[in-house]
Amino acid sequence: MHYIPNTDEDRREMLQAIGLASMDELFSDIPPQVRVKAALKLPAALSELELLEHARQLGAENANIDDYVCFRGAGAYDHFIPSVVRQIVSRAEFYTSYTPYQAEISQGTLQAIYEYQTLICQLTGMDVSNASMYDGASALAEAVLMSCRITGRDRLLLSQTLHPEYRQVVRTYLQGMSVETLEIPYTSGLTDLDWLRKELDDRAAAVVVQHPNFFGLLEEMNEISQIAHRVGALFVVSVDPISLGILQPPGAYGADIAVGEGQALGNEICFGGPYLGFFATREQFVRNMPGRLVGATTDSEGRRGFVLTLQTREQHIRRAKATSNICSNESLNALAAAVYLTTLGKEGLRKVALLCLRKAHYAWREIAKLNGFPPLFSGTFFKEFSVNCPTSPQKINQVLLKQRIIGGLGLKKFYPEHQNGLLVCVTEKRTKEQIDEFVEVLSETGEQQ
Amino acid sequence: MKERLVFEIGKKGKVGVSLPRCDVPEEEPERLIPEQHLRKDLPLPELSEPEIVRHFTRLSQLNCGVDTGLYPLGSCTMKYNPKVNEEIASLAGLTRLHPYQPEELCQGALRLMYELGEYLAQIGGMDAVTLQPAAGAHGELTGMLIIRAYFLSKAQKRHQVIIPDSAHGTNPASAALCGYQAIEVKSDERGCVDVVELNKLVDEDVAAIMLTNPNTLGLFEENILEIADIVHRAGGLLYCDGANLNALLGVARPGDMGFDLLHFNLHKTFSTPHGGGGPGSGPLGVKRTLAPFLPVPLVVKQGKRYLLDYNCPLSIGKVRSFYGNFGVLIKAYAYLLSLGPEGLRQVAENAVLNANYLVKRLKDHYHLPYDRICKHEFVLSGARQKKRGIRALDIAKRLIDCGFHPPTIYFPLIVNEALMIEPTETESRQTLDRFAEALIKIAQEDAETLKSAPHHTSVGRLDEVAAARKPNLRWKE
Amino acid sequence: MYPEGLKYAKTHEWLKVEDNEGKVGITYYAQDRLGDITFVELPQVGAELTKGKSFGTVESFKAVSEFYAPVSGKVIQVNKELRDNPELINQDPYGQGWILVVEIASPAEMEELLSPSDYEQWVKQQEEVG
Repeated sequence: MHYIPNTDEDRREMLQAIGLASMDELFSDIPPQVRVKAALKLPAALSELELLEHARQLGAENANIDDYVCFRGAGAYDHFIPSVVRQIVSRAEFYTSYTPYQAEISQGTLQAIYEYQTLICQLTGMDVSNASMYDGASALAEAVLMSCRITGRDRLLLSQTLHPEYRQVVRTYLQGMSVETLEIPYTSGLTDLDWLRKELDDRAAAVVVQHPNFFGLLEEMNEISQIAHRVGALFVVSVDPISLGILQPPGAYGADIAVGEGQALGNEICFGGPYLGFFATREQFVRNMPGRLVGATTDSEGRRGFVLTLQTREQHIRRAKATSNICSNESLNALAAAVYLTTLGKEGLRKVALLCLRKAHYAWREIAKLNGFPPLFSGTFFKEFSVNCPTSPQKINQVLLKQRIIGGLGLKKFYPEHQNGLLVCVTEKRTKEQIDEFVEVLSETGEQQ
Repeated sequence: MKERLVFEIGKKGKVGVSLPRCDVPEEEPERLIPEQHLRKDLPLPELSEPEIVRHFTRLSQLNCGVDTGLYPLGSCTMKYNPKVNEEIASLAGLTRLHPYQPEELCQGALRLMYELGEYLAQIGGMDAVTLQPAAGAHGELTGMLIIRAYFLSKAQKRHQVIIPDSAHGTNPASAALCGYQAIEVKSDERGCVDVVELNKLVDEDVAAIMLTNPNTLGLFEENILEIADIVHRAGGLLYCDGANLNALLGVARPGDMGFDLLHFNLHKTFSTPHGGGGPGSGPLGVKRTLAPFLPVPLVVKQGKRYLLDYNCPLSIGKVRSFYGNFGVLIKAYAYLLSLGPEGLRQVAENAVLNANYLVKRLKDHYHLPYDRICKHEFVLSGARQKKRGIRALDIAKRLIDCGFHPPTIYFPLIVNEALMIEPTETESRQTLDRFAEALIKIAQEDAETLKSAPHHTSVGRLDEVAAARKPNLRWKE
Repeated sequence: MYPEGLKYAKTHEWLKVEDNEGKVGITYYAQDRLGDITFVELPQVGAELTKGKSFGTVESFKAVSEFYAPVSGKVIQVNKELRDNPELINQDPYGQGWILVVEIASPAEMEELLSPSDYEQWVKQQEEVG
């Protein structure tokens, strides 16, 4: 095995040094009846060449979105990743290191996380950010748990326009807690504020809203923030980081905790992971935060350096009373996000957001001109929008696939009330030509009806 | 050597990226979005591409990784991360996939997940596996929720989970997150769970015992069969934290020892890089009776087709979006295929051999609290050195001067001045000898030399007290 | 290290009695064991303390420890200085590092507290064990 440097001679001599006669004796403390007798049923070892060939074959069994044109989003996005990002995260000093417990030889990771934390604060307009969570959904679940800790309340209001998988994850995380979860219904694709005003009272720990919401629409964040704060509930928001290139940051509309899926920030779409959840909040809540935090400090000679800090919140110190059980987070993905945000910078991120906005609106208008694809809702949107199809989106998507187009997501999967609803996503990567072809194929499927 | 922050390097007007021109009508955003939704300012840095590359390259040079040298962090299994895995995990055919693309268009990805699940089940002696958890602690959470759902389905309410005093902090934290009371059981003088104590603690209020085996002292729980029997007789379940599975690969299977659940740390045992703190991946294996509670979706095989099965009425739900850290799964899958069953066993054998060899070389120079055959790691105590005012921390920092990453220190909590060393199988005997010689030299060095270490890093020991008292968690103008 | 005129709990808090009020802090030994204190979590004024029960936490950068009430009663004052300057506990545990003032509910509870010399003995025992 070429990953193991010891030779037979090394092994013999090492055993001898230890005072053992055979490798088997190294395992003499394991009861004989549970020792593996025959070889495990696993495939025989492949050489590197064979392995690469096998992997390429597996890859060939997938349709990848370099070969197909993707109009699907719903929480995982095909945004452009500058080459700089991949080159930096491929540096072995970054990717083969562990959590930076030994600060003096981990300043690279620590400073990068400190920069990431700052960039997330700049993007979201919040005071403090942690070093990342597993993904957008689990970050939201942690935010909700944190709201319960801060307020001492045990009721949650989740908008039904939140990503359905996020709502499911929140519910799963809360199974062991005595917390009541209510779902806020929606009207015209937006969180129903009348319902919220009526049902919300001082039992609520948090009001949780996604912006832009799952249907792609912009919610009335200022208004919801006021409604939540009136009863002393926290306002927890899940936001698309690319949209923050032009949209108001959560800090500006009074969010108490802002989380979101950071995949779009320079991370490969990769069939759903690894991604990262970003997590930012107000300064006053910092000791209630889950996850790792990096802080700046100085060494004995007054030089600036970075360390993991406020660790007393965490499981390795506070154990059962920790603010979260999280240990490993998504550090390399956070590094990618930091490099991405630095590379795009002030102008670049705004440009990407504007490209998404304009192209999505172009596609929306062209589709609206067709027969039989009216918008599902009339609200303002960013890069995703919902239309109603004349037939089942599944059928339409099958036609699109023949033209190597991955169409929108059929809303029926999560919202049975929208049998023919289609959620379309247009990022900066889509060209006018691709959009025109997409619309063209749609129009053909419409005519077939 | 010091590197400024990106915020201190940038200058107004610099750009780091070239973006396509807009090929659709360039409408003003105010026409598409009401003004109250639009932000006034975006305070991000402005740097050019060469400056960005230099900045992050310099930062990388302030780091140590497995590719730089021995990284013997106990219970972290910092083994070599094979390069072919990185190459495979960047193939467009495997990475440029949307998680919601139709099943017929991602058969290769689903097959990879299905087969990886089968392999892990085989290695752990489990019947079914979910690949969804994103890290070890996430696997623990998933496991605890499954245990809870299992007892609910039997209309039983149990409130306690028993965890040894040597356990990782994630264990009690995960149990508490599921509403369980974490009860600590003491270790005996051989470093294993005190079975007499355990017997007193286990009753019908105990949902599970959570064990790491081998434990964090690197010792195999010799009474594992008896422990399994104790908890099973009381109707409880036995959970295995697989952080230390590297010692058992192809040698023994937790499922055969009576464990009902087991999480795998792909970023430890299965060679996927740790990325400076993640992404990890923490698949969870369970015995047949617990399979109905696994998170959705499961990857199933029907004839020659692979499907995502959401039809699991007893499932706990989802612990994250989509299906798991797929990019990490690719690497673990590639690793298992390059090892094969023989290679897998060699991994465990060499990991255990390396650890015992280091014990032999070091035990005359440091106190060894548990002097017996260890598995993949062992724990020394700096108690002797402490008498001279030298702390485990000082020893760790001095190792940096010698070119080695320090071991895990002050853990497990039950060993005074703990130095927890895990060499892994991917280190050569020559490297182990050099490491041992460094530690032996340090054992005799004076306090002054050790207290001022490390001597050649970009920063010296940092003021962690000041960092915690007045947290500075972001750069400000 | 253990001034006269104070009463001591085995959980390492001190109590200074004036009329029916008691000022509470942690002892020299307790702050020394913790090391540099970075954060103190205080109860609200008006909170009810129960003898022997935890009423707050004190943190050093790598440890958390709980305070236990030496007597029962209502909190009538807390040391707000500790919020910004937790190191006062290290610098002056019996003076500026005081934690709170409690209205003593049951003076009889004080009988179980130790005198300076008994407490010193107790600390010696602890050091031998640990």
